[in-house]
Amino acid sequence: MSLNELMIMRHELVLVAAVLALLIIEIGMPEERKQKINVFAAIIAATVTIIGFLPADTGMLFGGMYSTDPLRMLMKNILNIGVFLIILQSVNWLRQDLYKDRSSEFYLLTFSSLIGVSYMISAGHFLMFYLGLELTTIPIAALASYEQFKSKSAEAGIKLILSSAFSSAILLFGISILYAANGDLYFESFQLSDSLINVLGFIFFFSGLAFKISVVPFHLWTADVYEGSPTNVTSYLSVISKGSSVFILTIVLFTLFRVIQPLWEDVLYATAILTMTIGNLFAIRQQNLKRFLAFSSIAQAGFIMLGIINGTSLGMTTVIYFVVIYVFSNLAAFGVLQTVGHASGKLTMDDYNGLYKTNPQLSLVMMLALFSLAGIPPLAGFFGKFFLFTAVAEKGYYTLLLIAVVNTVISLYYYLLVVKAMFINANENPIASFKSDYSMRISLVICVAGILITGFYSPVFEYIKYLCETF
Amino acid sequence: MSYVVLIIALPFAAFLINGLLNRKLPHRLAGWLATGAIGVATALAWFTAFTYFFQSTSFEKIIPFQVTWLRFTETLQIDMGILLDPISVMMLVVITTVSFMVFLYSLGYMHGEKGFVRYYAFLSLFSFSMLGLVVATNLFQLYMFWELVGVSSYLLIGYYYDKPEAVAAAKKAFIITRFADFGFLVGILLLSYYTDTFDFAAITNPNHSAFTTMTGSSFLGISVLTWALMLIFMGGAGKSAMFPLHIWLPDAMEGPTPVSALIHAATMVVAGVFLVARMFPVFSFHAPEALDAVAFIGAFTLLFAAIIACTQTDIKRILAFSTMSQIGYMMLALGVSGYGEHGLGFTASMFHLFTHAFFKALLFLGAGSIIHAIHSNDIREMGNLRRHQPVTHIVFLIACLAIAGIPPFAGFFSKDEILAATLNSSLVYFAIAAFTAGLTAFYMFRLYFLVFWNRETVYEHKPHESSFIMLVPMIVSAVGSAVAGFIPFGKFVSSDSQPLHIEMNQTVANLSIVVAATGILIAWAFYKNESPLPEKIASTLKGLYRIAQKKFYIDELYLFITKKIIFNLISKPIAWFDRQVIDAFMDFTATATNKVSAEIKGLQSGQLQHYAYIFLSGVVLIVLIMIFNYA
Repeated sequence: MSLNELMIMRHELVLVAAVLALLIIEIGMPEERKQKINVFAAIIAATVTIIGFLPADTGMLFGGMYSTDPLRMLMKNILNIGVFLIILQSVNWLRQDLYKDRSSEFYLLTFSSLIGVSYMISAGHFLMFYLGLELTTIPIAALASYEQFKSKSAEAGIKLILSSAFSSAILLFGISILYAANGDLYFESFQLSDSLINVLGFIFFFSGLAFKISVVPFHLWTADVYEGSPTNVTSYLSVISKGSSVFILTIVLFTLFRVIQPLWEDVLYATAILTMTIGNLFAIRQQNLKRFLAFSSIAQAGFIMLGIINGTSLGMTTVIYFVVIYVFSNLAAFGVLQTVGHASGKLTMDDYNGLYKTNPQLSLVMMLALFSLAGIPPLAGFFGKFFLFTAVAEKGYYTLLLIAVVNTVISLYYYLLVVKAMFINANENPIASFKSDYSMRISLVICVAGILITGFYSPVFEYIKYLCETF
Repeated sequence: MSYVVLIIALPFAAFLINGLLNRKLPHRLAGWLATGAIGVATALAWFTAFTYFFQSTSFEKIIPFQVTWLRFTETLQIDMGILLDPISVMMLVVITTVSFMVFLYSLGYMHGEKGFVRYYAFLSLFSFSMLGLVVATNLFQLYMFWELVGVSSYLLIGYYYDKPEAVAAAKKAFIITRFADFGFLVGILLLSYYTDTFDFAAITNPNHSAFTTMTGSSFLGISVLTWALMLIFMGGAGKSAMFPLHIWLPDAMEGPTPVSALIHAATMVVAGVFLVARMFPVFSFHAPEALDAVAFIGAFTLLFAAIIACTQTDIKRILAFSTMSQIGYMMLALGVSGYGEHGLGFTASMFHLFTHAFFKALLFLGAGSIIHAIHSNDIREMGNLRRHQPVTHIVFLIACLAIAGIPPFAGFFSKDEILAATLNSSLVYFAIAAFTAGLTAFYMFRLYFLVFWNRETVYEHKPHESSFIMLVPMIVSAVGSAVAGFIPFGKFVSSDSQPLHIEMNQTVANLSIVVAATGILIAWAFYKNESPLPEKIASTLKGLYRIAQKKFYIDELYLFITKKIIFNLISKPIAWFDRQVIDAFMDFTATATNKVSAEIKGLQSGQLQHYAYIFLSGVVLIVLIMIFNYA
């Protein structure tokens, strides 16, 4: 295997190199200059993101265990951008005395998890896929309890690791049934026989993956873990973890399980309705904004599934396009949450009353993010949802479309609650005005630009469409 | 000729800079920046006109720039571009020149106002929108800029937003023109539904096959095409303040006076005329009834506004009614015009639009100069101003002579062509037009004598002549008003882009001079010195005078219809239905959603074993259902 061939695995290799570099810096750097590691991490994340965009060969490696193509590259690039933004948002938080001795831990674990994400997306074999999945989750479970001195954080870590172990078991069970029925685990040559046992295998496999996307009824861990984890870890879980699982789910449904499309359409149809509705109904009642965003992200997952149901390249395009917008919108919202929480320690909706008076810019960013999540034109979120609905309508599932539209209205209500709190509600002692740090501001500016540009600049959609059609 | 884009881009850039850096820019810089931008645009516009009219012999439609903006389907796409033809090039010159004058003038007039930068931002936005409107390559682009023009007009009328009258006037103007634009939009949709395009190249081609279908099918006894054009004309009538959609224009005078000069005299209000001219081939070939309507409404507004103007006492309102009346002339000329060789009316209308822009802008600038000096709009508080403002006096006199139609000033030539064109069509229209010419001369000179002659008035502060920066644009406009009439307009602008030879009709010319001179003489007799004569006549014709002074109670009629009839008979029942039925249903769903949300919160117990239990039950349930389904 020549070096050139190995470079097909560029995304993962760069990430491994990044992890090694961070380790060496961590060990080699004198104690008093440890602060610098934050800057290094941000630079490394930027470099990784940029390298990801350089043109490269695609193809298969290791006899089909690993495979990549332009569409998978794009998926990894999207997630790389997400991680870069999260790291920008973490810098200031990790500079506190509490964490400064072990801030490198945060970056190491984040990058490790990202390696898992990349391998999962590029998997060409069920085992490879499973390894990637585990590598994605375990570092994040460690990160969830990063603030060990808080019992909520410890609880989040335990809950995440236990429930993901549970879901992994079910997923592995599904894979073994599929192996038993078909005698093959390579994606390339995998052929579904028309045995009924495949239904069983598929549903177990699907449940394991749906757990990561927090599809109802596999979502119950979400709210507790999102609430307990540090905000940056929550954004990682809700954006990177979820986004990557959506990507791989789309890929396997469209390739391996193409023959049983009527079956998975039915499964998705039912779970999508449940996910949108339950997510929304719970979101209405939340006071804690992290919990609020947790349920909102469950509801968003339900919307994403609408695109998958379409089953054609158009459906795939809408899903990926929606995830891109979701990354920017959600990270903007979490960014504001993070910086406000860091400056004032406040997290509930009532605390946000009158935020516009004291921190107008942050309130505007938050408003744009929430409007985009709610799908209000002319923000990108509107176009994302619009295309998803088009995909459903094209399929002729008008009942599903109606339910989705009703759910959009419900979601509009609770997103507006937050906006109302910030802009209209009076507050005698609002959160004092403060200046957020530069890296946070850069990340918020990128997010807002993403929210505005992705919708208006049609080549984004056209490019994704082109890749999906040639996939 | 792609530099034409700059003509439009420069004011837009000025708008962006002034708008975004609102508080950070020093006043002087902001003002000169915007003025410089429009100045360069003006030079470019003149250069464009020069190359267009003198470097080529035939006046083809040129599209130097076009991009596809929105592409919905293969057939439905919306472009943004620049279309150059005689009327759009002429409009470019008019708009940039008048804008430049007004921008320059405002540097003096608005000096020291607290919203100075905002003022220039809005003014630049207006120029940008108006320029984009006239060069539109398709109806949709025209419509977009049309609305932008409406918005910037709204913003500028309400410039003194702490003054309740200004706010009310801004709202009134916006609502009335929006109401008219609704008709416009329906007309556009109707037209493009049949023709499958927004493009002027196709829509204004009288041989387009869709027009036969549209004239063939009828609705309420009128052909669909006529409907479409009438609706489009409704939009034009709204912007051009034609009866009965005129009520916003007098109130719009609450805006700063230079704004009135630019928007409510020279440019925006003639957008309706431009629109009819743009669609003229279709009007002329396929919908003569719609053209008749244009002529009728034009003639009616012409006389109607002139009568009101004779009784008003607010200097700007007199000018506003005179604007309406003059636009009535333009509409009337278009309405009676034929096509090609019989297109005298078309050329006359465009010519009058051109000359009117100069002398009406000048009148407003002069009025601004007066108001600036004595801080009042009321002509009863003025008098003998010629002693205090000699320059203003002279330029104002030139403008009055021009609008009254005294040779050799510009208005004489264009008005004369209009009179000749109406004579070819109908004696009634000719009589109205000729009579109003006399009326125009009368009310303009009533204004002139009352302000500059008459009695010596005691002023609180001694009035002073305006500053140099305000006088320059006035003098330039005065030169324009004096000489613009000598342009052989028919050579350049005609309905079919072929040079039109126009001979002066001697009888008509003589008649119009006599009529105008009579008007001036009566005004001289009444108002040159203080005299009891006007009072006496007003009290003899008490009833009539009152009605005219109250603007024929049209505003009151509007209020009666909206407040008494629409609010009570239509809005109230709808409001009841909305509150009792629709809202109640919505409230019910909201309450129900909340209830369900409260009921199911137990699902989220926080117990991990409980979560696993639900997880597994979910899996098993799905498996059972699916196996049952597919077995």
